[in-house]
Amino acid sequence: MAMIDEPLYPIAVLIDELKNEDIQLRLNSIRRLSTIARALGEERTRKELIPFLSENNDDDDEVLLAMAEELGVFVPYVGGVEHANVLLPPLEGLCSVEETCVRDKAVESLCRIGSQMREADLLEFFIPLVKRLAAGEWFTARVSSCGLFHIAYPSASETLRNELRTIYSQLCQDDMPMVRRAAATNLGKFAATVEPAHLKTDIMSMFEDLTQDDQDSVRLLAVEDCAALGKHLEPQDCVAHILPVIVNFSQDKSWRVRYMVANQLYELCEAVGPEATRTDLVPAYVRLLRDNEAEVRIAAAGKVTKFCRILSPELAVQHVLPCVKELSSDSSQHVRSALASVIMGMAPVLGKDATIEQLLPIFLSLLKDEFPDVRLNIISKLDQVNQVIGIDLLSQSLLPAIVELAEDRHWRVRLAIIEYIPLLASQLGVGFFDDKLGALCMQWLKDKVFSIRDAAATNVKRLAEEFGPEWAMQHIIPQVLDMINDPHYLYRMTILHAISLLAPVMGSEVTCSKLLPVIVETAKDRVPNIKFNVAKVLQSLVPIVDQPVVEKTIRPCLVELSEDPDVDVRYFANQGLQAIEQVMMSS
Amino acid sequence: MNGGDGGEVTAAPPAGPPPPLEWKFSQVFGERTAGEEVQEVDIISAIEFDKTGDHLATGDRGGRVVLFERTDMKEHGGSRRDLERMDYPASRHPEFRYKTEFQSHEPEFDYLKSLEIEEKINKIRWCQTANGALFLLSTNDKTIKFWKVQEKKVKKISEMNIDPSKVVGNGSASSSTVSSSPKPCLANGAYPDRSYSCLNNDMTFPPGGIPSLRLPVVTSTETSLVARCRRVYAHAHDYHINSISNNSDGETFISADDLRINLWNLEISNQSFNIVDVKPANMEDLTEVITSAEFHPTHCNMLAYSSSKGSIRLIDLRQSALCDSHSKLFEEQEAPGSRSFFTEIIASISDIKFAKDGRYILSRDYMTLKLWDINMDSGPVATFQVHEYLRPKLCDLYENDSIFDKFECCLSGDGLRVATGSYSNLFRVFGCATGSTEAATLEASKNPMRRQVQTPSRPSRSLSSSITRVVRRGAESPGVDANGNSFDFTTKLLHLAWHPVENSVACAAANSLYMYYA
Repeated sequence: MAMIDEPLYPIAVLIDELKNEDIQLRLNSIRRLSTIARALGEERTRKELIPFLSENNDDDDEVLLAMAEELGVFVPYVGGVEHANVLLPPLEGLCSVEETCVRDKAVESLCRIGSQMREADLLEFFIPLVKRLAAGEWFTARVSSCGLFHIAYPSASETLRNELRTIYSQLCQDDMPMVRRAAATNLGKFAATVEPAHLKTDIMSMFEDLTQDDQDSVRLLAVEDCAALGKHLEPQDCVAHILPVIVNFSQDKSWRVRYMVANQLYELCEAVGPEATRTDLVPAYVRLLRDNEAEVRIAAAGKVTKFCRILSPELAVQHVLPCVKELSSDSSQHVRSALASVIMGMAPVLGKDATIEQLLPIFLSLLKDEFPDVRLNIISKLDQVNQVIGIDLLSQSLLPAIVELAEDRHWRVRLAIIEYIPLLASQLGVGFFDDKLGALCMQWLKDKVFSIRDAAATNVKRLAEEFGPEWAMQHIIPQVLDMINDPHYLYRMTILHAISLLAPVMGSEVTCSKLLPVIVETAKDRVPNIKFNVAKVLQSLVPIVDQPVVEKTIRPCLVELSEDPDVDVRYFANQGLQAIEQVMMSS
Repeated sequence: MNGGDGGEVTAAPPAGPPPPLEWKFSQVFGERTAGEEVQEVDIISAIEFDKTGDHLATGDRGGRVVLFERTDMKEHGGSRRDLERMDYPASRHPEFRYKTEFQSHEPEFDYLKSLEIEEKINKIRWCQTANGALFLLSTNDKTIKFWKVQEKKVKKISEMNIDPSKVVGNGSASSSTVSSSPKPCLANGAYPDRSYSCLNNDMTFPPGGIPSLRLPVVTSTETSLVARCRRVYAHAHDYHINSISNNSDGETFISADDLRINLWNLEISNQSFNIVDVKPANMEDLTEVITSAEFHPTHCNMLAYSSSKGSIRLIDLRQSALCDSHSKLFEEQEAPGSRSFFTEIIASISDIKFAKDGRYILSRDYMTLKLWDINMDSGPVATFQVHEYLRPKLCDLYENDSIFDKFECCLSGDGLRVATGSYSNLFRVFGCATGSTEAATLEASKNPMRRQVQTPSRPSRSLSSSITRVVRRGAESPGVDANGNSFDFTTKLLHLAWHPVENSVACAAANSLYMYYA
């Protein structure tokens, strides 16, 4: 046993705990690996710490994950780039563990180290490592190898490059679907490093293999490769090789593949260019919008705006809009809901006339949808359409929709619409709001569900902010104060809460003249819960009102409450009094 | 055409059926001594070989999973592939030894529904092996768990910077990462706040490092098997889970309960997708429940599920997200006039299994085993009577609830034979190759042939010619029942599994695991 000097004690503990049996302590030590390395010095880190870690790879996954992460930034601690290769063995071990997240992190760290390594070292150490992993006995190693080719390839010699491409193509045909999935996932990255000549031949043939795989999960990932490969190919090659694949995928037997295409199609448009988009991708997209499977239609409907932005308005009106009309009365509520959440974005694309003529009827029918989510999604994006055609055309249909949502029997629906009220108010303007919605806002303050009352209180505050104190003086304050006499104490509490929120917005004068007298009156309530809430509200008013008012009105009221028979009331009253003292002291 | 004497003689196929197997006793685990009472918790409730046949897992009513490993191949050096090419001496047969066991499920209580949740293991399925670690899924009525069983080095730490004996006083410097005793090196971590507070990154070290510090030296002496629960897939089933099955893609699996089938990703435990839902809007309209479900062995998009009405549905996951409409339905039309009170009860399918190549599905209902060709939905290609002598006793079996027993079934790796269990700890093996008449009855005991009665029946089925002419055979002559055997309804052989590559069967008789080979 070595004798340790006092200042070294903590670092010694840290090192010992690399092998502690409490996983938290081991984790802690691994996270401080850089400190340990600096204490040991570069040479001993290379010769002792790293080999020690290589042997230590049957630890718990959490520890291995932390180790994989730390090693990725370890180059400075082993003596810089010229010694970076010593970090490869422990990470190679981590590349073949069973837990996916550990492997992914090890691959990420290897890529980070590999991209710093000198060319000669890559040849001597990194490429052999990739080849070893790719030939690994267990699928886990082979899965990891797929993510390393794009680092290894650029520095390889001509013959080695041929070999690497051959190995990758074998990985694309591996027995294990997991390996093929990894090969499909990383194909785009690898393709980016491959010379154009080989890209057209080798990589495209691997891609073709993957697109025809038996496993749906592999083909799904091949869909993502389409866009990635398309970016590296010349447009004419893209049209010749990628486009037919996309069109095939869009008619794949598996709905999950079509779903992926529906999600990705707009990205593929860029790769193939406008001409091919018009002739091939628009028909494919239209087919997806009319797919038999609701999930596919949901994905396609959700991308309708993004897709239309790429197209010219004429094409959009001619081909996409008819489908949108059909989707607005789709049998699946989720399709309609997905459509409603994006359709407002089409207004700027189509322009005013087409919007009024074509989109408006669709908005209106979606606003009358039986499914609340659909209506809410339309309302939430109202500002987009307002910019194009103004709200007037919609307002007539809007009101019944809002009223219905406001009275929906599901409180979550009511909550959602309350949250949009300030947005609606700003879009609709004071006049419309006063006539139609003001009463609703007051009604929510007396909702049966607390969350709604709470949201309603916040809502009146936001309205006061939106339209200004003067408007609030007329349209909010009287109505709110009126309700303080409600026979039910829970509603009185809501009003207290609303008052405390309104006070900062309304300012000192209104608070003193209108709000404070009401609160002081409420301090005589018979329910203790009201009384201690009064105490809380009074405390919150202290910074808002002037000092004489505090002394003349708030303090006496709190003093009275501090002698209340109820312990909670006394507690909060005393808190309030203390707060006053503090304000006095500081001023 | 029962009994084999009415069967049409078809031209024997050129190759001829494989000769009947001669079954021999191989091993028994957990054998009962005479008079020993069986503990309820020890009763085996699930058996499953892994894909290679090198491992066998059993689950019991006490929530434990026991693993066995094959021993007869490991004596040779070299890879498995070399071994497979070697000629075996005729006496070689799979032998297993106990490997490890772990507590997979514990009894629970659902407070919302006031329901006890038994710890009994309903099904075990093996997953892809990686790095020498074994992975398996086990499920009870409600919760599926993903287990990893791995050899871990027991670590002894022989050298440390700080002598723990001086600090703690109990002198235990050795620690193993697998034991769960409280930290023996307490002093090292005793004041973490104090010790780490001065360990910020500004701390400077001499350029050459500090020579007096050393890394702990680990000496690995032995290894031990550790089972760790990697994931728990819970709260997705309102009814009791009857099946789990892995997909050939290696990343998803299904779980089926009475009314629904859910699809999971092995890596994601907090989300599953409902792919089949047979729950009617009004539970009073319920006429049929799901009894078993299995993925196709190679086609990732196909799965089959059986129902209590005796039908098997094949569904295609590619068709739609919610597969309420099947792509194929297999059911046998009942013969007119044969209907009785028990018809519907005994039609209920208790288990289905795909053959290895995925072309055939084997199903077990109360009285028969049926083999279906997935390309032929007009009826089964073969029907085997398991215990026809019980037909007159259905009334008794109904009264003591035995009629609701759920027998499992299995196919041999080559698809030439099928097996299933019966009462009195008997199980039956039938040849299903064209022209085969093999029908053996074996007893789960050290002398399996004791009760065996070979019923010679003529070749009854030819796939090439009259495929629709299905002949029932294998029914025992009534003499069997009359020869003094009283059938014991309490000793039933529900669970059995066929080795994936060898002619070897593992079956459970109460708490004992019997293994046979041929």
